[in-house]
Amino acid sequence: MTQILMPALSPTMEEGKLAKWHVKEGDAVKAGQILAEIETDKATMEFESIDEGRIARILVAEGTEGVKVNVPIAELTQEGEEAKPAAARAAPEAAPAPAKANGAAPAPVQAPAAANLADPDLPAGTEFVNTTVRDALRDAMAEEMRRDPDVFLMGEEVAQYQGAYKISQGLLEEFGERRVIDTPITEQGFAGLGVGAAFGGLKPIVEFMTFNFAMQALDQIINSAAKTLYMSGGQMGCPIVFRGPNGPAARVAAQHSQDFSSWYAQVPGLKVVSPYFAADAKGLLKAAIRDPNPVIFLENEIVYGRSFPVPKLDDYVLPIGKSRIIRAGTHVTLVSHSIGVGLIMEAAEILARDGIEAELIDLRSLRPLDTATVIESVKRTNRVVTVEQGWPICSIGSEIASQVVEKAFDYLDAPPLKVTGKDVPMPYAANLEKLALPTVDEIVAAAKSVCYRA
Amino acid sequence: MAREALAAASDRQAPGADASRSPELLKKFYRDMLLIRRFEEKAGQLYGMGLIGGFCHLYIGQEAVVVGMQAALRPDDQVITTYRDHGHMLACGMDPGGVMAELTGRYTGYSHGKGGSMHMFSREKNFYGGHGIVGANVPIGTGLAFANVYRKTDAVCLTYFGDGAANQGQVYESYNMAELWKLPVIYIVENNQYAMGTSVKRSSAETEFHKRGVGFNIPGAAVDGMDVEAVYKAGRDAVAWARAGKGPFILEMKTYRFRGHSMSDPAKYRTREEVQEIREKRDPIDTFGQRLIQNGIMRDEDVKTIDKDVRAIVNRASEFATDSPEPAPEELCTDILK
Ligand SMILES: Cc1ncc(C[n+]2csc(CCOP(=O)(O)OP(=O)(O)O)c2C)c(N)n1
Ligand SMILES: [Mg+2]
Repeated sequence: MTQILMPALSPTMEEGKLAKWHVKEGDAVKAGQILAEIETDKATMEFESIDEGRIARILVAEGTEGVKVNVPIAELTQEGEEAKPAAARAAPEAAPAPAKANGAAPAPVQAPAAANLADPDLPAGTEFVNTTVRDALRDAMAEEMRRDPDVFLMGEEVAQYQGAYKISQGLLEEFGERRVIDTPITEQGFAGLGVGAAFGGLKPIVEFMTFNFAMQALDQIINSAAKTLYMSGGQMGCPIVFRGPNGPAARVAAQHSQDFSSWYAQVPGLKVVSPYFAADAKGLLKAAIRDPNPVIFLENEIVYGRSFPVPKLDDYVLPIGKSRIIRAGTHVTLVSHSIGVGLIMEAAEILARDGIEAELIDLRSLRPLDTATVIESVKRTNRVVTVEQGWPICSIGSEIASQVVEKAFDYLDAPPLKVTGKDVPMPYAANLEKLALPTVDEIVAAAKSVCYRA
Repeated sequence: MAREALAAASDRQAPGADASRSPELLKKFYRDMLLIRRFEEKAGQLYGMGLIGGFCHLYIGQEAVVVGMQAALRPDDQVITTYRDHGHMLACGMDPGGVMAELTGRYTGYSHGKGGSMHMFSREKNFYGGHGIVGANVPIGTGLAFANVYRKTDAVCLTYFGDGAANQGQVYESYNMAELWKLPVIYIVENNQYAMGTSVKRSSAETEFHKRGVGFNIPGAAVDGMDVEAVYKAGRDAVAWARAGKGPFILEMKTYRFRGHSMSDPAKYRTREEVQEIREKRDPIDTFGQRLIQNGIMRDEDVKTIDKDVRAIVNRASEFATDSPEPAPEELCTDILK
């Protein structure tokens, strides 16, 4: 008897819905035969039998939601063959828990109360709708495409496949092939083509499947998109958005798991945005699409599935270049962006239990970098810890520390500290990957250290 | 007699009796392909159990390509490929246990658990990776061939990539340099008809990848990549060409991937019937096995014995891969610089 276990069907999957069984009890199955359809947050996938045999029992009924990976969902008897030892090894307790994406449990990062998330100028009584970051990004693109016929989306798998990470879901249906364009795998080519289209008066949104692949196109982004306004004495602008997931993903190793925030933040002629919350993702992407400059819009794969309140407004646009204080505190300022915001929020709760009230700043944009808000905060708290997933050398934290020291030196009661990804390529092994990423514990320790608390 | 039948049943271009295609070699082809198949099935199983993480691209359906090509090589020839690399490593003679242990992220894996599915290497077997960035391995393979010329060896480098990768600019930059400098590199386009969810027709202006060297004067050939003997024959010709100093050669392998692009693939871009039809009619292992049986080269018992041996190897690899320890924490900071 072999137990068929709920499979992990993607790097980040922890549970899924057993949408449909293609077999019933008593059916003979062949290796490779489709057994069931399983729905994850990203897609519905078919799940095949590995062994030949007969379905003895179905343990999880179709339609069941939230089935955890590795839970037995059916039993298979194998005819003729002795029960394989491998089957015994498959017992759930023998298998380690599926790798967590990183130190932060992807699971419930509590969003602060909606009011807390609102930028000051929202009309009173605005309704909020819980939305995933994924949908917020899609909504932003859809709204801007409805508003401006010159906006189009281009990238690998953005149209028919609905986006490798399902960000462009439904856009092909609504806007058609002329405006939602699948490209060949030619990043330098289509990034450059996008720049040319922008010179020609269009407003391209270029999706990189991930920012790892934007390295193929870096020359076009920096030498062509970022510099032409300047080189042309202000004649030529490049209204283009380069967007896609940035930063470490789960278990995909060195070439697919890295944070490029500080790379782009260094380049004059670019704007760089890196939100965490769904509302910011929406409001800032809409702003990025309208912006007459090239904007690098850094998303995060692990955050796509998280839900946060988004104001229900016809046209929610946020200013690029403004950070936000998401929690007021008096003892220490914690500064981060993107997924790191989830980490500092967790850290703040732990610190509060020890009587340390942290002020939390979500940078949201990295260029322009809103250091004024950070510096004002540090003048109140006298201590600062920066948090990011990128490498430590010449990082976003390095820049913030430098500016704080320059502009608020007399207010500091402790040297600024950085919590970053480790100074190594991303390892594949689950245990090493955890060590390579910044953790809540490290943030708590750094915050205590600048407060001179053990 | 059996030989003649075999030749007739095999690819049109197959020559007649040929001492290099002994029954032993043909049986080895079968066994090597089956090893890859069973290994990949096991990898898929371990992935489902959460023991393998991240991206894991299975080679199921394409086995004939690497097995046929590898038989055309000498041990000092080099191989480089993409992230869909498990089959290439097994064909190069790398240890299944070491490959599987890398997949589970253990210290006993080929990269001590630091590379994972997409990034494995073996200097000993002249396997140069395992590359995750689509197209990036093509100039690197060209550079390995450059080193061969520079050092005056007559080794040849096999550079594998996909139909999707064939649209990257660096492929054509490589073609130009390879022909210009007559580098001994064989470009093998594994045309499995899809790049993730994009079919060749939807991404390529010229869908005949073997013709893509025309503008650089590089000869090319289309090969039935589901027929290990056809691959072997084409591989030997191409290797001979490159080894003789005539420069690069392009082989387009017409093949098919039976599974999803990676483990997470909603499979909406092709019909189940399309996959089923090819699995049933063109499975490189089944069709070849039947041919060997029809021609009296293998018997049913041989098939069973080979399957049993191969399963035992794969089960041992899987046990090794799940019993081995994870890398020690200190490994995080080793091997960054020499
Ligand atoms: C430069 C780059 N762009 C995009 C990707 C994401 N990606 C990984 S595999 C793949 C499809 C490649 O298809 P193909 O070359 O046909 O090889 P196959 O997967 O079929 O073996 C894509 C788009 C990548 N790894 N690198
Ligand atoms: Mg392909």
